[in-house]
This record gives sequence, structure tokens and C-alpha cells, in this order.
Amino acid sequence: MSTKFDVIKRRVKRVMLKSLPGMITCREFENFIVDYLEGTLPETQIKLLERHIKICRECKDYLAAYQLTTKLSAALKVAPDEPVPSDVPQDLIDAVANSVASSFNPPRQAKKDSSE
Amino acid sequence: MPVNQPKIIQEPRESIDIEKFIRENYGWMLALAESMLGERGTAEDTVQEALIKALNALPNFEHRSSVKTWLRRITVNQTITTMRKLKRLSEVTLDEHQPEFDNFGCRIEEKWDSFPTPEQLLEQKHTRQFIEKALKSLPQSYSIVVRLRDVEGYNTSEVADLLGVSESNVKVRLHRARSALKKILEPVLRREGAES
Repeated sequence: MSTKFDVIKRRVKRVMLKSLPGMITCREFENFIVDYLEGTLPETQIKLLERHIKICRECKDYLAAYQLTTKLSAALKVAPDEPVPSDVPQDLIDAVANSVASSFNPPRQAKKDSSE
Repeated sequence: MPVNQPKIIQEPRESIDIEKFIRENYGWMLALAESMLGERGTAEDTVQEALIKALNALPNFEHRSSVKTWLRRITVNQTITTMRKLKRLSEVTLDEHQPEFDNFGCRIEEKWDSFPTPEQLLEQKHTRQFIEKALKSLPQSYSIVVRLRDVEGYNTSEVADLLGVSESNVKVRLHRARSALKKILEPVLRREGAES
């Protein structure tokens, strides 16, 4: 919920972003985020982004929360070595084994009669 | 299965005990497929297909990565195939929970007093469940990108290959999905930040 004070602060910031040289807007900042975190943002744009953060508390906070969210997502990874309780249904083992065995030992074609 | 059916594949490098291979890998493969699909039944069928593909290809496996890494990729690929069949990946828009800007293009973001660390958050009992629930609440064409990029750790180019879309499309979807997740998770992040 924005207070009157927040609105005034944003106005002041907007004037600063417009009047200071080499500044980008919050919307432009938004377009840089993914490449910045990927490490693929060109050097000149990194400088613009970092200059913006120095003035814009909102974008600085936003980026920190966004990065935190990304790190939390990584915690969902199911590790192959992590014991996952699961009984393997015998019919699944049989179905897989049958399918694999048949592809390794394809049914032989009937031998041609050599007399033909 | 017929009693005399051989369960061992003989191939030049080694022999493969199919049952052992399945028992060692089924659990985590199922958990992975289920996390992406959001349901057990479809995940079981998907894993069965993935195991058949893997075992058929195993004799030709060139050991350029570990078997588990290779098997993980097969499982992910097979799960994406299933999602395509079920038309789960058709693009929809994600307008909810996106960043807000005022009429002049300035970001509207409530002040953060402090940020908890991921470790502090993950110590809490329900954090993982909460993140999982948040991810599941997104359209699958968006959550799949987060799963592949942020959870599985594939790079953007690999995600684009896996999904058959351009890298710029991956980046757009990734950003919208992450932004939505951030917004959904915000109450938890702020509460923990205040307590730490």
C-alpha cells in the first residue's frame, strides 16, 4: 500500500532518473534482470543497472527478493542419491524387462528355404 | 514375465542387471517426473517409458557424463514429451503477480527491512512445501521453465533445446514465472526476514 510519502518519493526519483545522465528507468531495469543474473548482460548495461540500483531502493529490494526466490527454487531439486521411499511395482519391472529383452532379442525371421 | 526370460542384457562393456537398475533409480525418477507433472499416475507411466528408453540406449552410453545425469536428462525429456501429449505446455499469459509500476514507470515495491538467507528459510519445516505449492500454482508452461532452469540447473540454451523454443522465449517465461513466485512467496520471505 503506497502512502502519500511513497508517491512523493517516487516522483522525486523519477525526476532524478530523467535528469541525471546515464540513467535507466525501472521498466528498463526490469528488462535487464534475467541477463544480469545469467552473466550475459553487456558491460555497458551492467553499469547502467548498477547505477540505477544506487538511486532506486525499490529496484534494489526487488532484485534481492527475486534472487532469493531463485535460490529457494533450487532447493526443490530431487537428488538421485536422496533416498526416496517408493516400492517398485513388480509388474513395472516385468514390463520394462520384457520390453527391453524383446528389443535386444528381436524375433528371428523365419529362415528362407535354401532350396528356393 | 515368463520364468525363462533373461533379465540380464549382455553387451560388450558390461552386463546390466535390469531389475537392480530399476530398483536403484525408480524412486528418484518418479519423484522428479511427479514434481514436474503434478500427479502420480501419469508420472509412473512416464518413468516406465523413460526406463525402457534408457535401458535400450545404455549399451551405447558413451560415459560423457555420469549415468545418473544421463538418466535424469532422459527422465526430463520423457516428462516433457508427456506434457506435450497432454497439451500442458501450450502458452498462456501470466499476468498475475507481476511487478507493479506507477504511471511514470517507477517501480512500486514495499520496503524490505531485511532479507532472510535461503538457509534460514529452508530450516523452517514448511518452506519447501510452500515453494512447491507456489510453483505448482503457476501455469505449467511457466513452471516448467523454472523447474528446468532454477531447480534442475540446465542453462538457458539447454532449456530452449529441451522445450523446442527460442532462448528469448525461455528468458521471457523465466522472468515472468520468477516474478510471480517472488510475489507469491513474499509473505513467507518477509515474515522470516522480520524474525531473523
